[in-house]
Amino acid sequence: MKINRDLCDVCGTCVAVCPVDAIIVAEFAVTIDNEKCIKCGNCVIACPIKAISEE
Amino acid sequence: MIKDRYDVVVIGAGPAGSVSARFAAENGASVLLMERDREPGIPVRCAEGVSHKGIAPYIEIDRRWIASDIDVAKLQSPNGEFVKMYNNGKGYVLERRIFDTKLCELACEHGADLITKADALDLVKEDGKIIGVKYKHFGEIKIVKCDIVIGADGVESRVGRWAGIDTKVALNDMETSIQYTLADIELEEKTCEFYFGNDLCPGGYIWIFPKSNNTANVGIGISADRAKEHGPKYYLDKFVAEKYPRATITYTMFGGVPTAWGLDEIVRDNIMLVGDAARQVNPISGGGIVQGMIAGEYCGKTAAEAVKKQKFNAKTLKAYRKAWDKRLGKNQKVIHAMKQKFMKLTDADFNSLMKICNSLPPDKMTVPRLFREAIKDDPKLVLAVAKTFLTAKFK
Repeated sequence: MKINRDLCDVCGTCVAVCPVDAIIVAEFAVTIDNEKCIKCGNCVIACPIKAISEE
Repeated sequence: MIKDRYDVVVIGAGPAGSVSARFAAENGASVLLMERDREPGIPVRCAEGVSHKGIAPYIEIDRRWIASDIDVAKLQSPNGEFVKMYNNGKGYVLERRIFDTKLCELACEHGADLITKADALDLVKEDGKIIGVKYKHFGEIKIVKCDIVIGADGVESRVGRWAGIDTKVALNDMETSIQYTLADIELEEKTCEFYFGNDLCPGGYIWIFPKSNNTANVGIGISADRAKEHGPKYYLDKFVAEKYPRATITYTMFGGVPTAWGLDEIVRDNIMLVGDAARQVNPISGGGIVQGMIAGEYCGKTAAEAVKKQKFNAKTLKAYRKAWDKRLGKNQKVIHAMKQKFMKLTDADFNSLMKICNSLPPDKMTVPRLFREAIKDDPKLVLAVAKTFLTAKFK
């Protein structure tokens, strides 16, 4: 998964819908741990500004 | 001066966190309230509407944090028919930035300490037991020890996950949202507007909450499981282009509103979750300010009680869960069931619902009445709702 930082507003919606705890908000940025990620696509769908895409 | 050790550390200085801190401090606990931003209340991710009845128990009404007064709720169905409700009680559109700061000050007046620009990084554990919080403050990693951590860290809550609590929200229980503050628009006086329809805002609604006589929070939440093709911005832009083609956008915000009934677990040994972090949001309205404040009262009082007893295990902290369930938690399940029913309404259903509402005498028309009409073909749900309304009201 890849975050477009030009779009991301760090709202945290993706964090809440991630089923495997692979996304965190820390130090005012969203980070996705691609090792943990199961590519379910929940974050891609739920992001209000569509800032996340599958690599 | 911030100390090295407190009885209670609250992470997140929104309404739920500040009210938790206030009640914990007021009842004798030493409390640190930790906020990652430079001040409480920012960035605002909220439509800012509340009822007078909901907030009055927690704060003295002050015009400094009231943007506008609301007397009327106007609901519009897809065919343009609308109903105006005058009987839902007085409401306000807030200035969250000022409101949140005031709640924070109240917590401090009752004895809590506040630290801003302090970003919580993790829980500190010893032999598996939570004994404090690690945080970053002006580039420095620090540790504050405590007996109880209260996670009031919003929709993106990490505190719960650090403690091993399952906080994830299903796509159909998440409203993905965008809001503009629009300037230079025409508004109906003292009126909050709500628009429904599957083409307009699938699985959610569009709101217009006035902030002055010519500015308003205009936003949308759509069910995340229906946002695959288009996100909320697509729908809101369409709505705004049609209704307010010449408006100026002075603020753009994004966010997710959890509309689950709640969480199975909101306490564990040495830890409590409150507010959006505990998914304590009204599943239909998406409102969480008052819910978070009510939960904060019980959360803070329970924490203080635990400090008096010097018992911080889940069993002791569950008094909070019990008090919340009694007051609102149980109703959450019923409202959530109603929400799922609402999600299935077709545009024709919305239209006929509005027609029915308009046939009722205006003094009989209230939000609960509207809900009753919407679910009356579902006897099981009607029964559940009837039971709930014997003891509680919508918040």
